[in-house]
Amino acid sequence: MEGTKNQQSIIIELEKEEYAIPVELIGGIERMQHITRVPKTAEFVKGVINLRGVVTPILDLRERFGMDPIAQTDSTRIIIVHMEKFDVGFIVDAAYDVLDIPQEIIEPAPKVIGTVDADYIEGVAKVDKRLIMLLQLENVLSLESYEKAREGTHL
Amino acid sequence: MENNEYLEVFIEESKEHIQSLNDQILILENEPGNMDTVGEIFRSAHTLKGMAATMGYQDLADLTHKMENVLDAVRNNKLSINSDIIDVIFQAVDQLEGMVVDIASGGDGSSDVQELVHKLQAIENNEDLSTVTATPSAEVNSVQATEKAGANHFAKLDEFELTILNQSNEKGFTNYELNIRLNENCLLKAARVYMVFEVLEQVGEVIKSDPTVQELEEENFDLAFHVLLVTKLDAEEIKQRIMKISEIEEAIISPFQLRKWDEGSSSEQQDTKASEVSESNETQGENKKAATNSNNGKSVASKTIRVNIDRLDGLMNLFEELVIDRGRLEQISANLKHAELQETVERMTRISGDLQNIILNMRMVPVEQVFNRFPRMVRQLSKDLGKKVNLEIIGAETELDRTVIDEIGDPLVHLIRNSLDHGIETPDVRRERGKDEEGSLLLKAYHSGNHVFIEIADDGAGINRQKVVNKAISNQVITAEEANTLSDEQVFQLIMSSGFSTADKISDVSGRGVGLDVVKNTIESLGGSITIESKEGEGSLFSIQLPLTLSIISVLLVEVEKEKYAVPLSSIIETAIINRKEILNAHNKKVIDFRGKVVPLISLKEVFEVPEVEEEDDLCSVVIIRKGEKMAGLIVNKFIGQQEIVLKSLGDYLGDVFGISGATILGDGQVALILDTNTLIN
Repeated sequence: MEGTKNQQSIIIELEKEEYAIPVELIGGIERMQHITRVPKTAEFVKGVINLRGVVTPILDLRERFGMDPIAQTDSTRIIIVHMEKFDVGFIVDAAYDVLDIPQEIIEPAPKVIGTVDADYIEGVAKVDKRLIMLLQLENVLSLESYEKAREGTHL
Repeated sequence: MENNEYLEVFIEESKEHIQSLNDQILILENEPGNMDTVGEIFRSAHTLKGMAATMGYQDLADLTHKMENVLDAVRNNKLSINSDIIDVIFQAVDQLEGMVVDIASGGDGSSDVQELVHKLQAIENNEDLSTVTATPSAEVNSVQATEKAGANHFAKLDEFELTILNQSNEKGFTNYELNIRLNENCLLKAARVYMVFEVLEQVGEVIKSDPTVQELEEENFDLAFHVLLVTKLDAEEIKQRIMKISEIEEAIISPFQLRKWDEGSSSEQQDTKASEVSESNETQGENKKAATNSNNGKSVASKTIRVNIDRLDGLMNLFEELVIDRGRLEQISANLKHAELQETVERMTRISGDLQNIILNMRMVPVEQVFNRFPRMVRQLSKDLGKKVNLEIIGAETELDRTVIDEIGDPLVHLIRNSLDHGIETPDVRRERGKDEEGSLLLKAYHSGNHVFIEIADDGAGINRQKVVNKAISNQVITAEEANTLSDEQVFQLIMSSGFSTADKISDVSGRGVGLDVVKNTIESLGGSITIESKEGEGSLFSIQLPLTLSIISVLLVEVEKEKYAVPLSSIIETAIINRKEILNAHNKKVIDFRGKVVPLISLKEVFEVPEVEEEDDLCSVVIIRKGEKMAGLIVNKFIGQQEIVLKSLGDYLGDVFGISGATILGDGQVALILDTNTLIN
């Protein structure tokens, strides 16, 4: 595939669906560990952990995306992501392989996924019959986006 | 640029010299006759000029050169200091500062200095014309070096040299005039001269030479030169020492008669001719500097090195990691109860404690760094506002953490501007009110416990409670009903809420009332607090309380259900265990009677919505905290103990969390949150 750009991404699993985060943003994949709850923050913010001396906030992506909580399993992981100004960790059901996603097969996110207008999905790619959703990380972190989505589900 | 490695040093030193210029010029303004000060200024300007020229900053060098000429004229009594001259010099210093800042930010330090150069030239020439009109060569005096070797080579001595010579007599030194002639075959004249000077400086101090040191270095002389030396040795011994240097033809040493010269000095100085040249004065300045350095250097100044602040920060970060591991080790050894291990860990704890003190101290900087720009500012402002203000600074040596120093400057500037603009009245108003025409502004810093206090006190108009209340009501900061219940101090605090300005007229000086709330926010973000005391007609006192250091603090660890929180020791009054029966209800609020005072209780479990796991028992543990006058009791489940912790931020993503000022990592590697007692009390 000449002249095309591939998006190397880490594939994570949430409720049997697969999502992708660009590999250059990944700071590490950690096992579950004790999380210190921080009071008076959004529900999906589980708290903070000590990540090699840096206090890092941890978000539960299941809760963020309005999925039902499940008990943590052996495969539950914390994905550390480097954002521009800070690091943040996402709790996911599992983290798998690194996948090359060619730019040209990424399609814009369909307007409706389930019932929620999900602005945290940047695009969808079909790779070998796998449907992979690319995350828009700024919106994943945004509290406004979360509240909007919640209002959506309540309607 | 090949000078890069020197650039940093140049910038740092230039800043120091500019600061010293500012300080000294202010002193000079108050004591125009103070020749020591003129000397200090001259030296700073001279060094600055030398450095700038070496680094190739021509404009900088030009400007300092002109400044130096004016100062030289002052030093030689050709000019008398007046306010106009001071103003121009200040302008020049400002421009110098601007150029240095430009260089620091990567510019080339060029700037249009012509106007100031002309002004300085005018000042210099004015005097020249009035006192030395008869001398046609007066104008060229700054350019040409002289070699007017008369019978007496040191006919012209300036005030400095006179002082030194006089003092040396009093202290049992002898002044000699040395005529030294080199061998005709001498090849490296400058080297010989250097050796002679080295010998001379071992035995005494070289006050002056003719030709000047610079000319001697450039071999800009024939074979003979003359030196004025102050020493304790006798002539014969000096001669012997000099003659030991090869290629010296002869050395004639004769005592230098000061008295005889002194009598004629005033008249001689009056008709100074072109021979009194700045070039030669420079060397005198240098000599004098060398002299004072060798005098004071050993006893006063301790050895220092400059360290990049980043390195210190790096050291601090590493040490913080160490503190965390230390905590972990302490915990492990406490669990294992192994005697030898415990002993080792205890030792390590002590040593790292000492280490911590040293590292923290290294980051401590005297608050002087911030204070020293205020005299200039106050002078300028009081001039602009037409007020007379006497600024007094106390405790400038008080030390604060570097990070605090960097942040505290702007808030202080604002408060001082505020005091000058709104506090201190104009001279006629002050006279009417029976006060001294000159207002006083006191800036004071001192240590107390784990805090540093900075106070800004003025004896101005004070704060008008009614005016503040009215304004607050009209700005809808408070309601009229609320106003009646507020204490004076609470009312004064209102002036620091956003969108508030009581000045009837908005002036350039203290802005538009967006400032004081910024001041308050900055100080609180540093973990400090600000209080205002004021008496109408008598003045106001702004008192800022700041933590000594921001990075490592002592806390009391407490447990709330299964969660651990850290309460800063600085805000704890004491801890108590009370029976639930002692808890009273007042207005649906839980309170206790604590040493005769009614203290409201705050249940951390409720505030932080902590999941409940433990059953309540009859006794509960309470931490009594305070904020200023206010107190509150925090209900917790258990006290764990006191600990030194490293303060870490929660990061940008979580930002400000209610009731939490930060986090720390405990010995077991887990994160504990640090309570922000200030917001909890509100």
